[in-house]
Amino acid sequence: MSTQIPKQTEESSETETEAEVASKGDERRTEKRRRAAEKRAQRQAEEAEKAAADEDTIELKVFRYDPEVEGKQDPRFDTFHVPFTKGMTVLDALMYSRDNYDSSLTFRHSCRQAVCGSDAMFVNGGQKLACKTQIVDLQEPIRIEPLPHADVQKDLVVDMEHFYDQMEAVEPYFQTNEYPDGELEEQRQTRENREKVKMSTRCIWCGACMSSCNIAAGDNEYLGPAAINKAYRFAMDEREGEDIKQKRLEIIEQEHGVWRCQTQFSCTEVCPKDIPLTEHIQELKREAVKNNLKFW
Amino acid sequence: MHEHDVVVVGAGGAGLRAAIAAQEAGADVAIVSKLHPVRSHTGAAEGGINAALRDADSWQDHAYDTMKGSDYLGDAPAVEALCQESPEEVIQLEHWGMPFSREEDGRVSQRPFGGLSFPRTTYAGAETGHQMLHTMYEQVVKRGITVYDEWHVMDLAVTDEENPAERTCHGVVAYDIQSGEVSGFRANNGVILATGGMGQVFDHTTNAVANTGDGVAMAYRAGVPMEDMEFIQFHPTTLPSTGVLISEGVRGEGGILYNENGERFMFEHGYANNDGELASRDVVSRAELTEVNEGRGIEDEYVHLDMRHLGEERILDRLENILHLAEDFEGADGLTEPMPVKPGQHYAMGGIETNEHGETAIEGLYAAGECACASVHGANRLGGNALPELIVFGKRAGRHAAGEDMGEAEITTGREGEWEPADYEFEAEVGETSGRGPAAADGGAVATDAESVLGTAVERAKDRVDALLSRRGRNHAEIRSKVQETMTANVNVFREEGRLEETLVDLHEAREAYKDVAVSDPSRTFNTDLIHTMETRNILDIAEALTMGALAREEFRGAHWRKEHQERKDENWLKHTLVSWNDGEPKLWYKPTILEGENKTYEPKSRSY
Repeated sequence: MSTQIPKQTEESSETETEAEVASKGDERRTEKRRRAAEKRAQRQAEEAEKAAADEDTIELKVFRYDPEVEGKQDPRFDTFHVPFTKGMTVLDALMYSRDNYDSSLTFRHSCRQAVCGSDAMFVNGGQKLACKTQIVDLQEPIRIEPLPHADVQKDLVVDMEHFYDQMEAVEPYFQTNEYPDGELEEQRQTRENREKVKMSTRCIWCGACMSSCNIAAGDNEYLGPAAINKAYRFAMDEREGEDIKQKRLEIIEQEHGVWRCQTQFSCTEVCPKDIPLTEHIQELKREAVKNNLKFW
Repeated sequence: MHEHDVVVVGAGGAGLRAAIAAQEAGADVAIVSKLHPVRSHTGAAEGGINAALRDADSWQDHAYDTMKGSDYLGDAPAVEALCQESPEEVIQLEHWGMPFSREEDGRVSQRPFGGLSFPRTTYAGAETGHQMLHTMYEQVVKRGITVYDEWHVMDLAVTDEENPAERTCHGVVAYDIQSGEVSGFRANNGVILATGGMGQVFDHTTNAVANTGDGVAMAYRAGVPMEDMEFIQFHPTTLPSTGVLISEGVRGEGGILYNENGERFMFEHGYANNDGELASRDVVSRAELTEVNEGRGIEDEYVHLDMRHLGEERILDRLENILHLAEDFEGADGLTEPMPVKPGQHYAMGGIETNEHGETAIEGLYAAGECACASVHGANRLGGNALPELIVFGKRAGRHAAGEDMGEAEITTGREGEWEPADYEFEAEVGETSGRGPAAADGGAVATDAESVLGTAVERAKDRVDALLSRRGRNHAEIRSKVQETMTANVNVFREEGRLEETLVDLHEAREAYKDVAVSDPSRTFNTDLIHTMETRNILDIAEALTMGALAREEFRGAHWRKEHQERKDENWLKHTLVSWNDGEPKLWYKPTILEGENKTYEPKSRSY
């Protein structure tokens, strides 16, 4: 079990409520939880029975955890039986489970078409985008867990802050010292150069690569594949100019930069946008070496 | 309590551009968004950005095309602003490093798009929105603009004068999804709503799950009218199970639509004898649904889009992305089988009424992007005109909110200009004038003095959250799907009076049901059940206003088709539909369309291509 559960904190989350009201609310909430749990168990039992009679039902085993809800503070797996429909994805199955069995089932999702990057998770032992993973391609029961190597906030939701921090550490924005003179004039870029950076610009910040990376798991300061790819996107863009490229190579060459990568290709394997992440890291290593030789 | 000069709600294209512009104009700005910025649905836009960049083109031609495309329901001052400023905004994006597709000479490429008299659509492959969103977020990071991500804005803090035009917006109340904390955000200069589309009003949409029209509903309940809500663009080729968009490019390359009998119905059933599959979006959508309704659909639901005859080489060369989409989201292999498609909700032309500076009828409250209606799209949006709207009007709203003098606006808001009441009598009960419980959000109008208005709004929001979390009641999901089902069945591409009236009855029932809504997840940590429950209230208000507009507008204009009224009626209907909330009682009224531009008047002509 590779999922990390954050340590429990002592403080209550309801500091602003009057004590009396809080206790009343707590009572109601406890009662509500009890009833909800009963109802859920009943419904799941019914579903399981139905499932046994019906071959066209799939079985999900979903990781559950909530730091403040009794019965969920110790991680567990819940089983959901979902009627299969053609074209059903893991995200569809999760949404069905939430809307029909347990509205507290929590996962990030938005666009449903692999461009917002919200729903990377650990499906049958691999980092996948739930929305672009077809149920028919998976073995049952389908085991769904939050991304490994990240703190779990609740159910399938992990803390992305560290990932965002690493992305922002590489100065992830276009820089140049020189713009064209004309007021409405664009910078020129060759088709070849645009093609060179194209794959790197497809990153959707889902975090699957970072989660799959053994090095990132052991070295929390390692920039990680996504951030290095972001640096690559700019370092290889001919519009930025040599002096900026120099600065970029210095950033990715630091102690927790490109040299940490041991070319295991796990990031490349899990990337849902097929970005050749390992190749990009290797190319930056070569650029850095060339660059250092130049200054000898 | 947080305090900033300008608070931007939403972090898609319009929100990010507004924040950058406000900061450049000297304001301390913060973005509050229920999603991290890169998760915004701007990222799903495929086509491109229309901009008159070249010598052979002109902003005047772009404006003419846009007015014609709007079926003369766009307002010329907004349309002309869009077309005049789009070129400089596109160049600005390029200077921020956006990876546009390029010509041999290294300049930005442009391609032809439907309804355009010049190939003026700039693009970055078929992922223009993704590149635009990320490029602008990079600039937000560079500038160190504060982003409160995964904060759901629940309500506006607006003063409660009787006349909405006298009210002022002083900030927003938001709920921190990660911690459950409710907090006020005071905006000293202004609040800019940039919350995007409202596709979740329908059960089949290309929009994201997060596109629930929160900003539109919030502004509406605070007293800002919704404008032209009946105009919804339905895209003819979306995947049946998810609503994922299959680009018009497939038909552009020669893809063919078939019904269950294998008939090429666009020709064989006479829907478009000249253009066939390449007729305009509304025509193809109506044809597909007619086939399904008359029993010639596949599984009574969809038709087939076949591109196999184009050959593997051509498909891989020009439509590779489509193969991935059909495979990943429908389990269909476009190389060996036809792809199932059906019409899906795609874009809302209407929204929060604004002028060309992004100002609403309430002082200190702005809107930009798909949630706003300036109006640049009128009755029908041209492909490639949504993205320039985000950057042009995002920037304008940001600058104005930061205090820049942009001169007098020509478009009036609220009832400050010419207007007339609607005399339409709705049979069904609309609105919500009685029995409002703490679960409802009834607008930002809470206190008259600027000092206490935010605090009062925060307290009310806390009560609402507490009530939803602690009481017993029904789950919102059932109510939401009923609304989505009735809207898709009755307020879709085909609209007829009886069924529109029935929809209002269904919506009234949904409103009644919502009074008993409760959240079963008791947690304060990442409670998406709670967020979705609040969104469903927004969906209800929007669905109702949309249906009221669809009933009242007794003509066929742009995307709005009425069975009983098969003609565009310029003598009566060159006017905008507005719906105001009026303390729970929706009121319908009209204001004239502005066809007078800077140097010319756009005379209505027939919209034929």
